[in-house]
Amino acid sequence: MNRLLACLLLILPLGAHAAARGTGDLGLFIERASSSVQIVETSTNTSIGRIGELGDLSHASVVYSRDERYAYVFGRDGGLTKVDILKAEISKRKMQSGNSIGGAISQDGRLVAVSNYKPGGVKVFDADSLELVADIPATYGDRQQRSKVIGLVDAPESKFVFALWDAGEIWVLDMSDRKQPKIQKFKGIGRNPYDALITGDGRYYIAGLFGEDGMAMLDLWNLSAGVKRILPNYGKGTQKLPVYKMPHLEGWAVAGNFAFVPAVGRHEVLVIDMQSWQQAGRIKVHGQPIFVMARPDGRQVWVNFAIPDNDTIQVIDTQSLAVIKELKPGKGVLHMEFEPRGEEVWMSVRDENRVEVYDTRSFERKSSIPATKPSGIFFTARAHRIGL
Amino acid sequence: MTRLIWLALSLALSAPVAASDGVSGDRERELRNLLIQDCGSCHGLQMKGGLGPALLPEMLQGKSVEYLSTVILHGRPGTAMPPWRSLLSADEARWMAQQLLDRNLQ
Repeated sequence: MNRLLACLLLILPLGAHAAARGTGDLGLFIERASSSVQIVETSTNTSIGRIGELGDLSHASVVYSRDERYAYVFGRDGGLTKVDILKAEISKRKMQSGNSIGGAISQDGRLVAVSNYKPGGVKVFDADSLELVADIPATYGDRQQRSKVIGLVDAPESKFVFALWDAGEIWVLDMSDRKQPKIQKFKGIGRNPYDALITGDGRYYIAGLFGEDGMAMLDLWNLSAGVKRILPNYGKGTQKLPVYKMPHLEGWAVAGNFAFVPAVGRHEVLVIDMQSWQQAGRIKVHGQPIFVMARPDGRQVWVNFAIPDNDTIQVIDTQSLAVIKELKPGKGVLHMEFEPRGEEVWMSVRDENRVEVYDTRSFERKSSIPATKPSGIFFTARAHRIGL
Repeated sequence: MTRLIWLALSLALSAPVAASDGVSGDRERELRNLLIQDCGSCHGLQMKGGLGPALLPEMLQGKSVEYLSTVILHGRPGTAMPPWRSLLSADEARWMAQQLLDRNLQ
C-alpha cells in the first residue's frame, strides 16, 4: 500500500510536468459560422483544441496577452472573450456593445480596447478583469452623430489610434492616465477611411480611404505636423470596379523601403516608397487584393483576393516587383498568417472547410486541417508586435 | 383552343414566380453561401449589420423584392454597397431578396 502511494506520488508530479508547455508555437483560427475557434500548434501543424460559444464571429479578430497565454477575441456582436489557450476554455466573456469590428492591446498589456460600429466609438477594458476603464463615443459634426470606428491599433506611449468611417477623422487616444484619457482629433483626413495600419516601429499610422483615392498618413512622432495625404489620385480618375469586399491593411507589408498596399477597386497592389511617401510602382494582380502580407523577412508578399477571385493566391517577389507564383488553394481564401519566422504560411479556405499550410520556399502544401468556415488566423507571436 | 389560351396565359402570369423558383439546387447552395458569407462580410453573418446596415426582416419591412433586388444588382452609389450584376442574374438577385425577407438563411 505504502509502495503504491509512493508510486502515485512519483507519478503525479511527473504527469503535471508533462502537461507543462510553452505557447510560442500556438495560435487560433476563427470558425466564423460556428461561433468557435480552434487552437493550433505550428511546430507540428496540428489542431489541439476547440472552444465554442463565442457568439457571432463574422470578421472576428484576436490579440494576445504579453505572456501569450490569453487570447482576446473580438466578435461582431460586441462580444469580448478572453480565452485561456492552455486550458482551452473561456476565462471571461463580456458583451460590450451591439456591433464591433476589432480591437487592440496596449503597450503594457494592461488594457484592451475595442472599436465599435454600434454605438460608434471605442471602449477600453482592464485586460485582467475586463472591467470598463474608458468609454470614448465617436461623436462628430454639428448634430453629434456617432461614427463607426475602424482601424484601431495600439501605439507606443500608452496610445491607441483609430479612424472614424463616417466622419473622416483620425483620433489618438492617450491612456497613460487611466482616469483621464486624452484625445487628439485630426479632422478632414478624407472620405470613408476603411481600415488602417501602423508601421512595425509604431511611428506611422496610415488609413486607407474608400470614398476617394489615396491614403491618410499621421506621423505619431510629429503629431503637430498633422495628417498628410499620400498616393493621391492613384486611380487617375478612372472608374474603380465594384468593391465586393473591403481590403484590409492590418497585415500590411513592408519590405526594405517599400510598403505594399491593396488598391481599392482595382486589380493592383500599390508600392509606396517609405522615404518619400511617393508611389514607387503598381503591380498588376489577379483580382482585387484583400490582404497584402509580407513574409516576415520581407522577401515575398502574398496576396489574396475578393470574390469572384478568392480561390487564388499570388506571391510577389519584392526585389523584382513581379508575381512569381500563383496558387489555387480552393474557394474562399479569406486570410493568411505567416509562422513567426516565415518558413510556412497558413491560410483559411472558407468554402472548402480547410485551413492549409504552405511552405513559402517550395510553395508545396504541407498540411491541411479540417475546419468549419475558417476565417482569421492569429499566432501568439503577435503578442510582441506593435499594432497587432 | 380556349383551354390552350388559358394555359398560355396562366403560364405567362406564373412566369415571374417560376423564374425566382428557377434557381437550380446547386446554384441555390452557392447563392445561399454567398448571401451568408459574402453579403455577411459587411452585413454580418446573422444580418445584424456591420459596415453595411442590418438586413433583418423587420428592417426591410415595406420593401419589395423588386426594390431589394434592384439594390443588389445596381448597388447604392456613394456608399460601400457595390453593384452585383456582373455576378448575379436578375432572377438570382430576386431569389436572394426573397430569402432576406423570409429570413431564410440557414
